[in-house]
Amino acid sequence: MQNHYDVIVIGGGAAGLTAGIYLSRAKVNTLILNEGAIGGQMVLTHEIANYPGIESISGYELARNMKSQAQKFGCTIKSNLKITEMDLNSDTKKVVVNNKDVYTAYAVIIATGGKSRTIGVPGEEEFKGKGISYCATCDGDFFQDKEIIVVGGGNSALEEAVSLTKYASKVTIVHQFDHFQAFEHYVDEAKKNPKINFIMESKIVEFIGDEKLTKVRIEHQRTHEITEMNIDGVFIFIGYVPNTEKLEGIVELNDWKEIVVDKNLATNIPGVFAAGDSIAKRYRQVTTAVADGTIAALSAAEYVNNLKKELVLVTAN
Amino acid sequence: MLRTNLTHVLSEQEHANLLQENENVMICCGRMGPMCIPVYESMEELENEYKHVKFADMEFDIPDARVIRNLPECRSFQGLPFVVYYKNGKVVKATSSIQSKEQITEILDEHFGKN
Repeated sequence: MQNHYDVIVIGGGAAGLTAGIYLSRAKVNTLILNEGAIGGQMVLTHEIANYPGIESISGYELARNMKSQAQKFGCTIKSNLKITEMDLNSDTKKVVVNNKDVYTAYAVIIATGGKSRTIGVPGEEEFKGKGISYCATCDGDFFQDKEIIVVGGGNSALEEAVSLTKYASKVTIVHQFDHFQAFEHYVDEAKKNPKINFIMESKIVEFIGDEKLTKVRIEHQRTHEITEMNIDGVFIFIGYVPNTEKLEGIVELNDWKEIVVDKNLATNIPGVFAAGDSIAKRYRQVTTAVADGTIAALSAAEYVNNLKKELVLVTAN
Repeated sequence: MLRTNLTHVLSEQEHANLLQENENVMICCGRMGPMCIPVYESMEELENEYKHVKFADMEFDIPDARVIRNLPECRSFQGLPFVVYYKNGKVVKATSSIQSKEQITEILDEHFGKN
């Protein structure tokens, strides 16, 4: 089994797959190591209608196309594994995975992406799929004529709350602040929908049920008063967190645990680059991830070529 | 038909045959959605490792998928996919919503033994 590559890309979402396409096409020997299913956050999107050149495509299709494009150029992809150890400081970078396989490379691109934020209160894990959902288009039809809560105040929460009124008899939006972060037109649309009402400055503190979710406890943020509410379902849309837990103490992260990069997407460690939703930036879209993947790939390729030239010179001398 | 590389169960009869012909069976009943696709991908990878388990999918919205939807073990489920594990034709475990490869592996090892 080949274990040494020119570049290892950690993460197989839009940024990682794009890096794999660019590097492999440039004949840079590349391995993508991915902890989950290929496609990352992209596969969570049912329809992508703003990817230039493609009028409409599902996130799954786009991810599958990117994967096969990378493989066609010779990129090796290994998914559904866990990274247990990383040594990124030497000229030869080392990544160890859960089956004890060790992979080395001259450069690494970190494209670990993000994941849905969970509330993290009692009952959340227990009632996942039994009343608690993170995907309106997947599970909305289980709540036909039922009363549900949508948690969150951003674009996704407001947009999905409106879409869930197709099924639910009543939708209550629970949000921790006294105002929404969503664009005004999403807020307006929600406010004029007769099935939607609002509980502001409040958080769910407990999910309660038997076989399935039956009620929640809600705490008001200023008064700390706790009320119980009978409910059939809760949809949670409270944003994303970067997948950078394993990078703490290895590369520089900011206060939000995002990877700090320069304009070439280089991190503070020579030969280590980062791209996609895990880096410090404002806008997180498939298109911005693709752009990041391209920049990181070109920067990594240049770094590897220079390093190889140096190694040849050292050997010659 | 679901766009996966798994064996597709298309009818109640095929479901019955699958359970009749295989001691250990895992069926993922879902759609081509974000919570289901990662489960199919994990199953496709595990298929090579767990030769003693038959991995299959079934489209949630076809009428014959009632053999899964109406199982008592799935009564409280409100999240796709519904994943059911059978041993000698009997349900030994059922899960609702997305599961990681690690979680699936744990269930396979517990009920069907390690590969």
